[in-house]
Amino acid sequence: MRFVDEFREPKLISKTAEEIRRLAGTKLHYRMMEVCGGHTHAIYRFGLKDILPENIELIHGPGCPVCVLPMGRIDDGLSIAQQPDVIFAAFGDMMRVPGTQGSPLEHKARGMDVRIVYSPSDALKLARLNPDKHVMFFAIGFETTAPSTALTVMRAKAEGIRNFSVFCNHVTIIPAIRAILDSPDMRLDAFIGPGHVSTVIGCRPYEWIAQNERKPIVVSGFEPLDMLQSIVMLLHQLRAGEAKVENQYKRVVPWEGNRAALRAMAEVFQLRPYFEWRGLGFISQSALRINDEHAEFDAERRFAVPGIRVTDPKAAQCGEVLKGVLKPHQCKLFGHECTPEHPIGALMVSSEGSCAAYHNYEHRKTAMVSLSPVA
Amino acid sequence: MCLAIPGKIVEIFCDNQDSALVDVVGVRRKVDLGLLQDDKPVPGDWVLIHVGFAMSKISEQDAADQMSTLRMLGEIDGAIEEVRGYGLEDAN
Repeated sequence: MRFVDEFREPKLISKTAEEIRRLAGTKLHYRMMEVCGGHTHAIYRFGLKDILPENIELIHGPGCPVCVLPMGRIDDGLSIAQQPDVIFAAFGDMMRVPGTQGSPLEHKARGMDVRIVYSPSDALKLARLNPDKHVMFFAIGFETTAPSTALTVMRAKAEGIRNFSVFCNHVTIIPAIRAILDSPDMRLDAFIGPGHVSTVIGCRPYEWIAQNERKPIVVSGFEPLDMLQSIVMLLHQLRAGEAKVENQYKRVVPWEGNRAALRAMAEVFQLRPYFEWRGLGFISQSALRINDEHAEFDAERRFAVPGIRVTDPKAAQCGEVLKGVLKPHQCKLFGHECTPEHPIGALMVSSEGSCAAYHNYEHRKTAMVSLSPVA
Repeated sequence: MCLAIPGKIVEIFCDNQDSALVDVVGVRRKVDLGLLQDDKPVPGDWVLIHVGFAMSKISEQDAADQMSTLRMLGEIDGAIEEVRGYGLEDAN
């Protein structure tokens, strides 16, 4: 309960937590997956596990873009940047993600021209400022960031910019959820749906989860009260034997999504037949590439890409953690060989990765408790 | 990356209606409005911004709530550094 006093409306939080305990009872054990890495971060940061009863188990989902990217793709992007006069531009989250020969930041230390950008439009700006160089934007993210990449490519085309390309690693959330539900070692009762992905895709794409898989899903905001209210809504459905899509985050997420964003994606991207996800393997139609009409902005077509599959370090169990089969601290490397300061797997890099979140909050808390003198 | 930063539209550029000057956590930066073309914001409106693109219009109250969430998540400093564009925002 350490953060409750800091929350807005602490009374309402306590009341909602009480309602959760009442609805959850003691007989059944509920396994709920929060799909989005932003939710994972918030759950640990806010200590929500301390508020929830023990029979509600939160399973961390695949919604951390840098975490699900296989190492071979990082190597591919870096190999393009090793060619003369290429600037490698990527979001800050990417910079410390390990490739076989080190992270983008380590490549920068060895002389590669690596730039952190906040926005794909800033990468395009770099191309305008450096007409003698080629700027390759290493694009990652789910539907939250994919429309921005699409619009940037449209702007580059309209302006006739020729020294800019995108190494496209955009993935889509629905096939990943499907893969998790198909996984035989996974038993889930309900989903906390991603908030900001849903501002783009809306709520309708989740309907099959409710209708075909009979699992309730509630699209949720990121505040502690949002997530607790979403859990109340899920428990109501589970107790009533219902499976519906509900929207707790109505103040930001329209049911139909953002049509302009979906149009931009349709204009620039096409579905890849399949794409490899770390931990989940190859998932069909789960990722986007630049379409033929915008081929000149596709780094994979402009440059030779090795495309070599790289297996994760053997001892690292990123895959099991990503699927929710193992908790972060159950991985053999957690907290010893693999730490936020020296990450071996991507889940330890991003603040949205469950290992980093667990390490930064839960693990340190436990360590502090065990270090504190016995009264 | 999943988290959005709220900003208030200060000015929409007359030579490019898809581009606006936005006050984001006290930093003024150019934000692309192209993804809101079906429901265009006007100066004074609040928007949620992902990676330099306004993604949805929100109320002032929601903007304040989102800021407090970012603060509680310890993400404010990182957000300010991001919207400054790592030095690129000042370059012309």
